[in-house]
Amino acid sequence: MANKARALVDGLLDPLARLGHGGLKALAGLGRAHLLLLGILAGSWDMLRRPRLLLAQVFNVGVLSVLIVGVSGFFVGMVLGLQGYYVLSQFGAKESLGVMVAASLVRELGPVVTALLVAGRAGSALTAEIGLMKATEQLSGLEMMAVDPVRRILTPRFFGGLISMPLLAALFSAVGVLGGYFVGVGLLGVDDGAFFGQMQAKIDFREDVVNGVIKSLVFGVVATWIALFQGHDATATSEGVSRATTRAVVHSALAVLAIDFVLTALMFGK
Amino acid sequence: MGGQQSTQFPDGVPIGGACDTVSGPAAAPDCLVRIRGLSFSRGAQVIFDRVDLDIARGAVTAVMGPSGTGKTTLLKLISGQLRPDAGSIEVDGEPVETLGRSALYKLRRRMGMLFQSGALLTDLSVFDNVAYPLREHTKLNPAMVRKLVLLKLEAVGLRGARDLMPSALSGGMARRVALARAIALDPMMILYDEPFTGQDPISMGVLVTLIRQLNDASGLTSIVVSHDVRETASIADYMYIISNGKVMAQGTPAQIAAERSEWVRQFMDGLPDGPVHFQYPAPSLAADLLVRGVG
Repeated sequence: MANKARALVDGLLDPLARLGHGGLKALAGLGRAHLLLLGILAGSWDMLRRPRLLLAQVFNVGVLSVLIVGVSGFFVGMVLGLQGYYVLSQFGAKESLGVMVAASLVRELGPVVTALLVAGRAGSALTAEIGLMKATEQLSGLEMMAVDPVRRILTPRFFGGLISMPLLAALFSAVGVLGGYFVGVGLLGVDDGAFFGQMQAKIDFREDVVNGVIKSLVFGVVATWIALFQGHDATATSEGVSRATTRAVVHSALAVLAIDFVLTALMFGK
Repeated sequence: MGGQQSTQFPDGVPIGGACDTVSGPAAAPDCLVRIRGLSFSRGAQVIFDRVDLDIARGAVTAVMGPSGTGKTTLLKLISGQLRPDAGSIEVDGEPVETLGRSALYKLRRRMGMLFQSGALLTDLSVFDNVAYPLREHTKLNPAMVRKLVLLKLEAVGLRGARDLMPSALSGGMARRVALARAIALDPMMILYDEPFTGQDPISMGVLVTLIRQLNDASGLTSIVVSHDVRETASIADYMYIISNGKVMAQGTPAQIAAERSEWVRQFMDGLPDGPVHFQYPAPSLAADLLVRGVG
């Protein structure tokens, strides 16, 4: 009888214990991530003395993502042009297509989709690179040469991502507007004067463009930070690096979408 | 050597420790590394249990033992990559376990470490890998860096490979480049982590010779962690054999060769069964095979 009662209590307590263990593990990970971020930021002065390290990472994260961001932006712009045309034409407002395309891109889709694309292309590459450096003892090798791997390896990559993200988002939005123009004006016959004229009149620099840039800067910090942390925290095995890469992409995507909601509510919710 | 099993040799004289037994022109009488009461665990697994260990200045000291006994962990503790749970580790008089980051980095500039994988930076050429610590820690002009790098590469026989990338090197070559990088700043001590693992006989012979020659020619102190008995014993001035968190035996290679302990004999002679069993602990085979309802 006593054994049965004990088994029952254990059965009830075990899930609670697992939940607690999982929560503690997540909190410990969050703590390590913040300590890593502090270490990365502490190395920013050191990085300024070696600008070539930063330039190399702007190339790796930014320039190498130009193609995927540009092509995606063009297609997203074309879809916006197509969908917007059919909706707006029902209300006799198809001349507002330019505003709709530009506002959607600059406020939302530019920063968000760029962040998702960069997390998928450059973020996963960063995680795999750092994870493999850990697995092949390159980070320990630097430590043993009295070189701080966080400052030398992670800091330039972090700022490379931070600088690249708003530039790529701007490229995405610009190419997207061209995609919308191609479909709306080129294929569906919207007046090109109205397309650009309304866009110029209704898109507000501070309200739309600056807020979009702020979003992409925040996404740049979050996506790059998550990618670097996952690589740095990866188990030093091939399986560990593979799992870390997957986690980096999933966590970055979820974080970007969640933060986008918060930022949108703060910026545009009146 | 409190807290550990002390070894009696056939003449009945207990071992005094590495610093007392090493002699010869390269060896100074003092200890470069002095470890006392070292305890270290990973979770429930005890890696070291109150271990005492001395490394004599100028000597090649081998730390041997079966796989998974904490040999690499010992190097990480000596170099401050890990902190002990208890005990003290002094390197050249400095208590490693209490040093702050900058003091630890200052000490590491006087240490080199050869990792099992070589740990070369894969995006840099052989030349740039060896030049890396010089460029990071000195203000030498590029011409002087070039001369030093070429000299270090010459010492390991790879001056001609300076433009190759690490991916183009064999395992043995990568370790020799890593060795050139480890001696770039003329350290006082080099830690070798399994330098002979996975090497063909020629590469192994080259590495064995290099470790001894570099130690003697440059006045280094070398700690070689390995389970390659013959090669390591051939160059070591003093040996420690560790297992189960303890020092099981210590002495000069000749003393270890004369050691009668069953455990030491099994390890040194590579016997498949003995105090270390061939079978991983398990219930009897009959009991396992007769379990009902399985298969």
